[in-house]
Amino acid sequence: MGIIVNSNTRVLIQGITGKQGSFHTKFMLEYGTQILAGVTPGKKGEKVHGVPVFNTVHEAVEAFPEINSSLMFVPAPYVADAVYEAIDSGIKLIVIISERVPIHDSIQFINYAKQKNCLVIGPNCPGIITPPSTKLGIMPNHLFKAGNIGLVSRSGTLTYEIAYKLLKNSLGISTAVGIGGDPIIGTDFIEIYDYFLKDKSTSAVVLVGEIGGDMEERFSDFYNSLKNKKPVVAFVAGRSAPEGKRMGHAGAIISMGMGSAKSKVEKFKEVGIPVADRPDEIPILLKSLLNK
Amino acid sequence: MKLYEYEARDLFDEAKIPLNKWIVAKNYDEAMNNYKLLKFPIVVKAQVLVGGRGKAGGVKIANNEEELKMHVKNILGMNIKGEKVNSVILAEAAQIKKELYISIIVDRNSRSPLILASKEGGVDIEEVAKKDPHKIMKIKIDPFIGVRDYMVRRVESFLSISNINSILKGLYFTFKNYECELVEINPLALTDNDELVAIDAKIVIDDSALFRLNKFKNRISSELSYYENIARKYGFSYVEQEGDIGIIGNGAGLTMTTMDLVQYYGGRPANFLDIGGGADAEIVYNALSILLEQDRIKGIFINILGGITRCDEVAAGIIKAIKNKGVNKNIVVRMIGTNEEMGKKMLKEYNIDVFDEMEVAAKEIVNLVYKN
Repeated sequence: MGIIVNSNTRVLIQGITGKQGSFHTKFMLEYGTQILAGVTPGKKGEKVHGVPVFNTVHEAVEAFPEINSSLMFVPAPYVADAVYEAIDSGIKLIVIISERVPIHDSIQFINYAKQKNCLVIGPNCPGIITPPSTKLGIMPNHLFKAGNIGLVSRSGTLTYEIAYKLLKNSLGISTAVGIGGDPIIGTDFIEIYDYFLKDKSTSAVVLVGEIGGDMEERFSDFYNSLKNKKPVVAFVAGRSAPEGKRMGHAGAIISMGMGSAKSKVEKFKEVGIPVADRPDEIPILLKSLLNK
Repeated sequence: MKLYEYEARDLFDEAKIPLNKWIVAKNYDEAMNNYKLLKFPIVVKAQVLVGGRGKAGGVKIANNEEELKMHVKNILGMNIKGEKVNSVILAEAAQIKKELYISIIVDRNSRSPLILASKEGGVDIEEVAKKDPHKIMKIKIDPFIGVRDYMVRRVESFLSISNINSILKGLYFTFKNYECELVEINPLALTDNDELVAIDAKIVIDDSALFRLNKFKNRISSELSYYENIARKYGFSYVEQEGDIGIIGNGAGLTMTTMDLVQYYGGRPANFLDIGGGADAEIVYNALSILLEQDRIKGIFINILGGITRCDEVAAGIIKAIKNKGVNKNIVVRMIGTNEEMGKKMLKEYNIDVFDEMEVAAKEIVNLVYKN
């Protein structure tokens, strides 16, 4: 159960021999993720924590036709090519961890992926995890235990913080998705929430937004228009952020008078979504919604 | 990265977008030597990156040489919202019948470039969008087909003009070629002769694409403060705020939330500083040093949730900074995750309080800084 990834997910790691790729491959294997192969051009024949490495995605998929997902640690300048390679090899889920991918590259490969019915998560994201045993990402394993809370977030470490708060309050996670901190990302709140609606193992959703853009506002309108919904608790990072400054994430910027935390918090409340002022309020709000 | 108007005008010239005749001058003499290329009345425009220069007195019209001398002298060296004016543009004032607006932006929602055209120019487009949304037309550009003639015809019909083809195609050329987040002409002037002329130029380039934009990759970003430039060199992101409690966190979202919590408990965050994922002792040392150096900062709150970042590395960096820089400020650390026990033990030897919960730690730093 859970959304998008589960025990049937068979994973390819693009950029597996790099420092990040090999480091996280180890922890994903420990968590139980089924990683079948890796790709790094020129490194064919090597093994990374027992996982065979190929030069091209086509070779990897030929050797392991079960592969249905790719997780990417490729350096930013090469991400676009790696995404096209994965899509053209028939892979239907691509999770991009890499940071600082040029926006014009993202626009193009995300539009291409859509035409080919391929789901892209990221770039600049921590990945996706369905406890107890499927992780395509870089989250700390011990914080993610199975349960009935869906978690979707624009941020990385803040997602782990919230998983930690849930864990401490005996709440577990159905699936947690980091959708990424860039202005242009493959999958947004609305699309992930839609998956959660259809997922029997998810009873409520925590939505972690931040300053920049209007994804939170658009989600609120979408939520408001639904007949059948699952309860949502929201959190918005960046209430103290100044206008016109990028706060770490490329997408976290209040610009042209748009994207402030205030506007997002107000909009959530307007459509009846409770908003936590502090991370430690999230489990409290969740419990009160679940007990209704 | 935001470009100065004169840099944006250079790119518009390259794209053959018609501009009112202009020159740029870095100093008074240069302005006076070259202005004769232009006809009066001449507009003198401060070159700054902050918005609202007109209201701040950074744009003036000169009808003769006397007025020109005065305006150039006044505007050069002016300070607009904390930014020093180092150069001015002199441009021929156009005979304007009507002010319009045209831009191409990166649209997060459709994940595509978007043409924005407005019947009302010379004002904030956001204001028009709020007040008179019917005056704005939006056209999504499929990145695989680009700007097509039919889009040009739609814009022309909407704006009741007939000659925007080369401008729109030129804008898209610039947008693609220089990997922009925004290319904007506001206002786009319709002159008395029914010609279209750009009388301002605004361009924002995607920072992530700078590595392959030879023209701009070595340009030092003058938008950044002294410490912001240092931080960029060391490889972490730092944004200056006006408060007195220094903030260090790992991850953008967690660091923002750390600032928010300090503010929630009544404190004033002095900065945003994200050491990123997997930071080693050296990065932490450099980060903390930047904050320790600043007198305005009275206390520092370090918030680490260790994953790929190891708490013992963070502790080692903190200790090095304390040893080398001395401590004249309150420091509160919140630290959980990878090698947490080791990190806590190391810091305890230096009498630094370590907390498990960020809410408790935030309250503590606020109490420490403001109680005296």
